[in-house]
Amino acid sequence: MPQVAIQAKGLEKWFGDGEAKTSALKDVELETYFGEMVYIVGPSGSGKTTLLSVLSGILKPNAGSVLVEGVDIWNLGADELADFRLQKIGFVFQDFHLFPRLTTAENAAIPLILRKKDWNESIREAISYLEIVGLKGRADLPPVKLSGGEQQRVAIARAMVSKPDILIMDEPTASLDGDTGNAILKFVHEKILDANRCIVVVTHDNRIYEFATRILHMEDGRLTGTEKSTT
Amino acid sequence: MKGILKLAYKLLVNDKAKFTALLLGITFAVFLIMFITSMFVGVLNHASSTIINIGASMWVMDPAVQTVSNSVGMPDYVLDAVRSMQGVKYAVPLYSGGALVKLSDGTYQSVTVVGLDDTSLVGRPQLIEGTIENIYAENGFIAVRDAEFPKLENPRIGSELELNDNRAVIVGIAQVATSGLYGTPTLYTTYERAIQYIPNPRYTISYVLVEPKSANDIAQIKQQVEALGYRARTKEEFMQRTADFFVYQTGGGMNMLIMTLISFAVGLSISGQTFYTFILENLERFGALKAIGTKSRDLIGMILFQATFTAFTGYGLGVGLCVLLIWLARLRLPSYAAMLTYGNLVIGFAMVAIIAGISSYVGIRRVLKIEPFDIFRG
Repeated sequence: MPQVAIQAKGLEKWFGDGEAKTSALKDVELETYFGEMVYIVGPSGSGKTTLLSVLSGILKPNAGSVLVEGVDIWNLGADELADFRLQKIGFVFQDFHLFPRLTTAENAAIPLILRKKDWNESIREAISYLEIVGLKGRADLPPVKLSGGEQQRVAIARAMVSKPDILIMDEPTASLDGDTGNAILKFVHEKILDANRCIVVVTHDNRIYEFATRILHMEDGRLTGTEKSTT
Repeated sequence: MKGILKLAYKLLVNDKAKFTALLLGITFAVFLIMFITSMFVGVLNHASSTIINIGASMWVMDPAVQTVSNSVGMPDYVLDAVRSMQGVKYAVPLYSGGALVKLSDGTYQSVTVVGLDDTSLVGRPQLIEGTIENIYAENGFIAVRDAEFPKLENPRIGSELELNDNRAVIVGIAQVATSGLYGTPTLYTTYERAIQYIPNPRYTISYVLVEPKSANDIAQIKQQVEALGYRARTKEEFMQRTADFFVYQTGGGMNMLIMTLISFAVGLSISGQTFYTFILENLERFGALKAIGTKSRDLIGMILFQATFTAFTGYGLGVGLCVLLIWLARLRLPSYAAMLTYGNLVIGFAMVAIIAGISSYVGIRRVLKIEPFDIFRG
């Protein structure tokens, strides 16, 4: 029986008050497990990104709980939660959010630097991760000198450099062409996913569904169905 | 924290255009602030040059006197009365007035003549050529070698001048701590000769220089002089009185204040705006850092470090530029009235600290407001 990575119970999230109140999550329950790559899919405005934010400790739900590796993250203080994210969760953003004035290696080393690790050691580890994601020899370049796919690989290296148990990917192929997006997710599936890691991906892109272990469908703030990937 | 500060440093200095703009803004503001205040301090210092150069502990004067260069003559009995006061060790007269020297080309040059007490020569300058006793020689005058000295055609010992239609002979060359404000050469002679050479109203004593027996006697000397209808001021009080006149009654102080505030506003607007733009451009990335797990205090530390580093680098450059310009000006005008004091440096430092504080406050507010969720939402 695989170990539970994330467990969400009775999640409710709404924005605004009174007539302007909009429910983004309605009684969402889910469990993800180590060793799986879970996709959350659904139309725009269905609550995918809100769910991802709540699960990763970025957006506080109005009701319900989120246990990550058994820790009720929304019972942690602000600093403890920030520390928890830094230690346990890696993030890959839709627009990469790399610092253009830093080198590729410095960008990838940021989580280690934030964890107060020695600068030079952090850079060395980041370079080794850049090699893993196929960016050998690009460590000293600024991100603007890289292609979109390469920038996304830097973002993945940044997310993975602190060896998080959980990897959160928000629309990872949205800023990439089809082939590159496919290659990136294939890479993540083959090289990053392992028995001790859980990857949660929010996406619109059905061309990358083949890499999912499980696909959760969302609509109007609710999880409406689950399907196992055919691959 | 060291690695985070290095990260902040790289984010700042690697954005060369903005970092340069920030530095230029602060450097220029500091330079203006330092230069204006140092010029003003220099002017005040030069305005008090006679007080500094004579060096007497206390000065007795007419109550109407506002600056040392505008004395009001006092009758001789004031000197006698002061000499007889309790707590006075000694008291001597001092004459200070203006005269005209005819130059070899027929033109006239204004000079300041200082007449020292004939007996004691209290307040005499330090001679670099000649001996002080020669001041008693017939028509003897001592010329001060300062920036104005060439205006007397660089006289030497034995040079003769025509001073207010009288013959004057240079018997010594002296140096003093501070040159005067008005760009006139200074000649020292005895009190009696000074009042003989220069047409005067009925009362000829410009000041009575007083040495109290001890510092405790200053208060009672002041009281006794006050009772006589005159004022006794310590050296420091007289310098302050002179400074107050320039600060509050000539408009100079207000001009300096306005210029300093304008410089501050220029520095604040340039650096504040540029720093804010820098923060705005990196806002989403700061949001990403928050999402990754950066604590608010680390982000505040980064921004404070960036603002402080820029501000104090600019401060150093601004002070350096000011020193360089004063040095260059003094190559051409040795008595150039600009002085960098600890006071100037503290004012500049305080203003830069305020600029850094406001710039970082605005940046911090913006960064703390961004929600990592906004980064996910794009």
